[in-house]
Amino acid sequence: MKVLAIDTSNHPMSVALVEDDQLLATTTLNMVRNHSIYLMPTIDQLVQLVQWTPADIDRVVVAQGPGSYTGIRIAATTAKTLADTLKIDLVGVSSLEVVARNVLPGSEQVIVPFFDARRGNVFAGAYQWQEGQLVSLIADQHLAMTTLLDQLARVDRPVILLGHMTKRLNDQVNALPANVTLAPRAYGIPSTYQLALAGESRPAAQAIDPFVPHYLRITEAEANWQKLHPGENKQNYVREV
Amino acid sequence: MAERKLILAFETSCDETSVAVVEDGTKILSNIVATQIDSHQRFGGVVPEVASRHHIEWITRCIDQALAEAGVDYSDLMAVAVTYGPGLVGSLLVGVTAAKVVAWAHQLPLVPVNHMAGHLYAARFVGEFKYPQMALLVSGGHTELVYMPREHEYEIIGETRDDAAGEAYDKIGRVLGVNYPAGKTIDEWAAQGQDTFHFPRAMEKEDNLDFSFSGLKSAFINTVHNADQRGEELNKFDLAASFQQSVVDVLAEKTLRALDQYPVKQLILAGGVAANHGLRTRLDREMAKHYPDVLMLQAPLKLCGDNAAMIGAAAAVNYQHGDRAALDLNAVPGLMFDRMKSM
Ligand SMILES: [Zn+2]
Repeated sequence: MKVLAIDTSNHPMSVALVEDDQLLATTTLNMVRNHSIYLMPTIDQLVQLVQWTPADIDRVVVAQGPGSYTGIRIAATTAKTLADTLKIDLVGVSSLEVVARNVLPGSEQVIVPFFDARRGNVFAGAYQWQEGQLVSLIADQHLAMTTLLDQLARVDRPVILLGHMTKRLNDQVNALPANVTLAPRAYGIPSTYQLALAGESRPAAQAIDPFVPHYLRITEAEANWQKLHPGENKQNYVREV
Repeated sequence: MAERKLILAFETSCDETSVAVVEDGTKILSNIVATQIDSHQRFGGVVPEVASRHHIEWITRCIDQALAEAGVDYSDLMAVAVTYGPGLVGSLLVGVTAAKVVAWAHQLPLVPVNHMAGHLYAARFVGEFKYPQMALLVSGGHTELVYMPREHEYEIIGETRDDAAGEAYDKIGRVLGVNYPAGKTIDEWAAQGQDTFHFPRAMEKEDNLDFSFSGLKSAFINTVHNADQRGEELNKFDLAASFQQSVVDVLAEKTLRALDQYPVKQLILAGGVAANHGLRTRLDREMAKHYPDVLMLQAPLKLCGDNAAMIGAAAAVNYQHGDRAALDLNAVPGLMFDRMKSM
């Protein structure tokens, strides 16, 4: 199976081509601000290097969020349009899970990847390796960094935090709870090889049209609107004309 | 090499997700438009993040439906085209990203299109273009007079210094309790009222071709607020008629002045506000009186709003002139035509 894996959830932009568990090519850029400029040229270059054509790709695996709204939209739009136009499989994997996979299987720690979500908040989830499988213990969510650390202090085993402790976040943290350690920063960089492996064995999305990023937050405008209009729960706000 | 000249066009610059198949730049085979108006009505205007989220929900449905309705497949296409600006960056990015993927996946040329050129080419479905030509582009985001000495050359000779005409409609609409977008309702009310308030006509006297609507907007809002304070209820039809009369007067006056300075063969009326009946009727009358030899092409009503068919029509011309985008094409939210230096 020929897999294209894409992750532009946060600052790093990463693409990998994987065939039957083997990594053929990967590129990660960690200096660019604009994933929209570099993503397609990178995909094109790697596909040419391994001498595939676009039509050879069997499956596209994408880090579906959470992360930067624009970032996860670029990856998800690229992935779903490619799957739709080439009629191939589409698989979404949590962007946090991709980072959690940087920890070796066999470790018994609770693995907590996190991304800075601004204003003292993070996107975070809790994972653990159980019998060779990475299991989600607590679903990915959007919460205050201080709330996350309070919760982790109550976990009855060692916890490893994976992610970039930005200055913004560090200002929120007095000291980590005794059972919590912060992994070296390299472990917080996502690997699209891991992403491809995670997505290779998973069932493909049943339908491509409804595939959207996992934002984990409704927009501020909608939150305010819902407060003023409790109980209104229309699903389809977009219609064809 | 495809025998038919078919372009698959994308338009997602604001709050409409649209994909179309256009043949020879003149024939619409399909034009799928998914509008988000009902969503943004909740907020009284377009919320960019909400718009971007809706675009990604609809993009592949629109692609599939555009091809199905046109009865064609990717192998029949000559090129893929996309609006890359101006517009909301998050919205533009969904269309630009999707168009790049489709072009790459099927190894098709990618043609970048300026959204405003697209609006202008909505009129191409009515008749052939003859140069030199002038266009009045009026929409929610833009109010411009564009001079085209020849095909594929656009020069702005007049533009709004503050609000776009459509924006002014939405703002005074809010004061009158009209849902966003307000243009259509105000237009209907105006037809039932009289210009009794005589709002200011901005920049009518000044010797340039620029527009301004913020003074009119303030005068309107002050009139309504002062009446409110006196506990007086003003006639909404007369208010609408007075506002519209002022807008139409300024647009018509500046357009005629532009035609005076730049002799042309055709005048094109395009953009969302071009659907306004007051404006259409007025320009028809003035043109017949002052410029009977200048042919007026009005974009069809259903193509005045944002749609991908107009992008496909503009793309056909761009394609012929060799415009091609590479895979690093990015959204350019502030994309503009050149401004004439001499003015
Ligand atoms: Zn427009």
